[in-house]
Amino acid sequence: MNAAPRSGAAVHDAVRFEYVLRLADTSLILGQRLGEWVGHAPALEEDLGFGNLALDFIGQARLLLSYAGEIEGRGRTEDDLAFLRDGADFRNLTLVEQPNGDFGHTIVRQYFVDLYQTLLFDALSLCSDARLAAIAAKALKESQYHLRFSSNWLVRLGDGTAESHRRVQDAADRLMRFTPEIFDGDALEQSARTAGFAPDGAALQSGWESGVAATFREATLEVPKAQRGAPAGKRGDHSEHLGYILAEMQFMQRAYPGAAW
Amino acid sequence: MTKEQWPLYEVFIRAKGGLDHKHVGSVHATDAAMAVEHARDVYTRRMEGVSIWVVRSSEIVASDPRESGSLFDPARDKVYRHPTFYEIPDEVKNL
Repeated sequence: MNAAPRSGAAVHDAVRFEYVLRLADTSLILGQRLGEWVGHAPALEEDLGFGNLALDFIGQARLLLSYAGEIEGRGRTEDDLAFLRDGADFRNLTLVEQPNGDFGHTIVRQYFVDLYQTLLFDALSLCSDARLAAIAAKALKESQYHLRFSSNWLVRLGDGTAESHRRVQDAADRLMRFTPEIFDGDALEQSARTAGFAPDGAALQSGWESGVAATFREATLEVPKAQRGAPAGKRGDHSEHLGYILAEMQFMQRAYPGAAW
Repeated sequence: MTKEQWPLYEVFIRAKGGLDHKHVGSVHATDAAMAVEHARDVYTRRMEGVSIWVVRSSEIVASDPRESGSLFDPARDKVYRHPTFYEIPDEVKNL
């Protein structure tokens, strides 16, 4: 980069690029994770359910990555961004790169994300960035179904047998520490909010917390305390799991550059 | 994992407004609400429907195949019940 100070518009675009990338990567990595269930879910119906969810997330990621590439203006396509970036350049939430674990563990992770995305896309569908608002409006319908799927399962498992209750409570205890990252409202999100295209993180957080409290009560689960201290994937600081996801997801393009079908 | 199967539900889908719900297959689910979601995930992935009905397979009362002779054969020689004895005017299309 040259030494000349960047114009206000360029700074603005950099913030927008980074912000859209966070949304895109969160959907992309979660879609990749859910895809791992295909052929392994406990019933054919859940197998297709997870497959449908995965495809929704990958569809969101495609729209968002394409938009990010356009904002960046260096000619990178959705595929370039998905398959040719290294781990440190990914901006997904650390929560979504966590391993699937058992069915209940996947459901808890999914519920945390679905509730967040439902609130987020609802707010973003009214934001000042028309393109982002349109993508969010489309994604919102998907998120609402995802939330219905994951919250129903959470209640069934939490209020199910002693074993299912123990497993989802254990998953919630282990995954809760990845949730403060979602709402920490860091400098980038502050800038994005000032620019008018990101919602207020604190408002999302209170909606999320009251949603979690209500669903956990119905599921007879205890809401664990969220401790801080997990790496912040949205700032490129990932857990050890992301590298393995990318190794599998990017292998084909790395081994056979430009391969297409 | 227990090998006990979830109960079976028959799935009926309405392809678009104004058409009847048609039987499309079945899903396993623990209850009716889950059956609707499963039916959505299994049978409407390609925009096949705008409405779903599910019903416990065990709730369906079926005719006995051994009685099909007495139930259905008597209609066989009563072709006059078919409206095929009319001359259809050339002007009538799409009948």
